[in-house]
Order: sequence, then C-alpha cells, then structure tokens
Amino acid sequence: MAQHKVNYSQDGGLPVALTTIDKVVNWGRSNSVWALTYGLACCGIEMMASGASRFDFDRYGTIFRASPRQSDVMIVAGTLTKKHAEFIKRLYDQMAEPRWVISMGSCANTGGMFNTYSTVQGVDRIIPVDLYLPGCAPRPETLQYGVMLLQKKIRAQKADKSQVKKRLI
Amino acid sequence: MRTYKPKDNVQAKPYYTDRFYVSPQVPKQDVSSDEVFASDLTVLKENFTIHDAYIQIGQMVVYINASDNYKVLKLLRDKLDYTQLSEMSAIDWLAKQNQFEIFYQLLSMEKRKRIRIKCFIDKDEAINSVEKLFRSADWSEREMYDMFGIKANNHPFLKRILMPYDWEGYPLLKTYPLEGDEFAAWYEVDKIYGKEAREIIGPEIRDTARVDRYDSERFARLGHEVPKGTKITGNEQKQPLAYQEEGGVFMIDKFDENKSIIITDRDR
Ligand code: SF4
Repeated sequence: MAQHKVNYSQDGGLPVALTTIDKVVNWGRSNSVWALTYGLACCGIEMMASGASRFDFDRYGTIFRASPRQSDVMIVAGTLTKKHAEFIKRLYDQMAEPRWVISMGSCANTGGMFNTYSTVQGVDRIIPVDLYLPGCAPRPETLQYGVMLLQKKIRAQKADKSQVKKRLI
Repeated sequence: MRTYKPKDNVQAKPYYTDRFYVSPQVPKQDVSSDEVFASDLTVLKENFTIHDAYIQIGQMVVYINASDNYKVLKLLRDKLDYTQLSEMSAIDWLAKQNQFEIFYQLLSMEKRKRIRIKCFIDKDEAINSVEKLFRSADWSEREMYDMFGIKANNHPFLKRILMPYDWEGYPLLKTYPLEGDEFAAWYEVDKIYGKEAREIIGPEIRDTARVDRYDSERFARLGHEVPKGTKITGNEQKQPLAYQEEGGVFMIDKFDENKSIIITDRDR
C-alpha cells in the first residue's frame, strides 16, 4: 500500500508530475521500439536469441514484428547481398517515421569477411544507419546494449513532427 | 610424382623447395581392374566414341564427345542403372585450352557405383540439356548458365538462379575478379538510386581495416590527434604518444616516449 500512497506535500501538493511533451512522447517511443525481424545470416540467430527468454527483449518493450508497417527499428542482422539490396530499401521505405536502423555485425557494417562481388559492402550504402554493432556475430548482450543506446538516442531527440526525414540521398 | 620430404622446417625451406615440382595427381587405375566398370565401359564403347576412361578413387571417369552427352546419359540411366545425377557443372579451362569441361556425376544405387562423364565444349558453344533425363539437372544447368554463361539447349527455363536476373557477367569464370567488375561494384547503387547517385554514395571501401588520416569524424590518427570534425590539411600537429592521465602509474611513466629510444630503422 505504502508505495502507491500519493505524497501531497510534493510538487506543491498536487498529485501531478510536470514534464515536457518531448519527454512524454520520447518516453513512449523509447520504451516500445518494435523491431522488424531482419535476420539475413548467422547474426540473425543471435538476434533471435536476444528476443528469446534468456535475454528477453520484451522487458525493454522491444517486440519483433514481421511487418515494416508496425516496426520502429530495423535490425539488419547479417550479410546483405546485392540481390537483396533493393528489398531492404523497399522495406525501409515502408516503415513509418520515425524509424531507426541498427546495423548488426561486421557483414552489415562493412561487408565483413565477404569481400566479394555479391555482397553489399555495408548497409549504409543503401539506407541510413543509426547504430553499428561490432562483432561476428555480436553477442546478444551487445544487441541489448545497442538497443539501450538507441533508447538513449531517442530520448535525446526532439519529438515534434518537424524532425528531419532520414534519407541517404 | 616425386618422393615426399617433410617440409616442416621453415628456415630450411629454400634448400628443399623443388623448382621442378609437379603437383601430385590422384593415381589412376585401368578400367579393367573393376569388372562392373569394365562391362559398363564396353557397352559405352559399342555405342559412342570414348576418348579416355580410367578409375580414380573407385569412380570411373569417362571422356565423351560433347554432342553425345544426352544419349550417353540416357543409355547410362536406362540400360546401366545409373539412375541419379548427383552433381553436374563446368570447369573453366579457357586460359589453358579455350574450352570448358562439363562433368556429370552419376550414381547407381543398384551397383553401388559412381561414374563421372566428362566432355569438353568450346567457348560460346552450347551443350544439350539433360533436364529431360534427370530433374536435378534443371537447377544445375541454370547454375552453370549463371556462373559460366554456358547455355543448355532445350532447357525449359534457362534463367539465372543465384545472381539477380539483370546481372551482367559470369562470376565463376577465372577471369572474373573476386571483388567484382565495374558493374558489380555499382550494382545496388545503380539499381536503387540510379547512376547519378554514384558520386554521392562513393565507391565501395574494400579494405575494412582502412584508416583515413583526413577523416577526423570517424578516425583518430594515433600520434596526430585533432578535435573531432577538424578539417585536416595534411599538417596536423604531432602529439606525444602518452596516456592522458598525467603523472600516472609506474609503467606509463617508464614507457614515456621522451625517455625511450625509438628505433626508426626497422631492419636494424
Ligand atoms: S557478421 Fe559474422 S555472424 Fe554476422 S552475419 Fe556476418 S558472418 Fe555471420
């Protein structure tokens, strides 16, 4: 009981918390970053592990969605081939603003060990990336930390509509 | 083949490196050493021209005329029980003899034997499709077309299978650069953003360990650190290599750059 008791002597005696619109909106946004499932290769396995019970992404409010229309962050986990490049762009365009991209693993960051003709040398050649996670594959802890950093980034942003649209070009 | 000498001693390597080394070959046996293969080969020889035949690691290798490939495989499937085509593809010998080598790897579950049919075709020559005989040849021939550009006559759907349909070039040719040609390097940029975007996006950075000393946004050049975002003209000041903490720990004091002798001649 005691923890739910309203302290009327605080905040001038009103059961009210004062804040800004930005903070409220960002509080909501940052605690429900729904991720688009985007496992492209072995990193995808680590991404799935992060979502599963041991590492439990749900407690951050990060729930994997299978539709770009419902997701806020695209976690590009794995090797992006040139054949697939146009689809990642299309899915990114289908996501609603505000949207973020986490590039997970060496392959997504730079092409990684696949220094070949068929691999895109970094997803940032196709879509703008917010966060790069190093590793091959990054451990689930890295992805968790990445999501927490992204939450930090979201909280630091302005929440109003006039924010700049993110486009590569 | 020359006798094998152990080559573990790296220091003594120049002494035993053989300038006239011939790379080891898998030993070949005569076909008559295996009666099942011998009888198969007799049947083949009655009907077709056989250029060469031998046994390697328990499998018979037969060289035939490229134009006979459909008939040979039909005979092998219908009369000689080689009912599975486990693999087929091509080998690029263009540099050596301006030819492709096509191979068909067949398996007989009845006889518990594997046989390899090989033939040579010239560059720009097409081969008969064996898709009507073996369904597995469908995708294999598409892959052969995709990777080598070898066309299969009478194939029902000869399109690229691994690379995108609008890809140019045949990646498994020995002349195809591993990192891709001009078309491959700009494929995704050209396709998604158009050729105009090439300048904005810039070329691919293939050396992932590359540090650009003029890029102060992403890299700190060791010993020449500048504040982030500074425009570097090439004469940034040299900073002493030291830990940021002043008067710090014993080791850091000991390894002070100014108190050490720095050897610049690496071959000293
Ligand atoms: S970074 Fe490593 S683990 Fe991740 S997709 Fe690439 S190869 Fe696989």
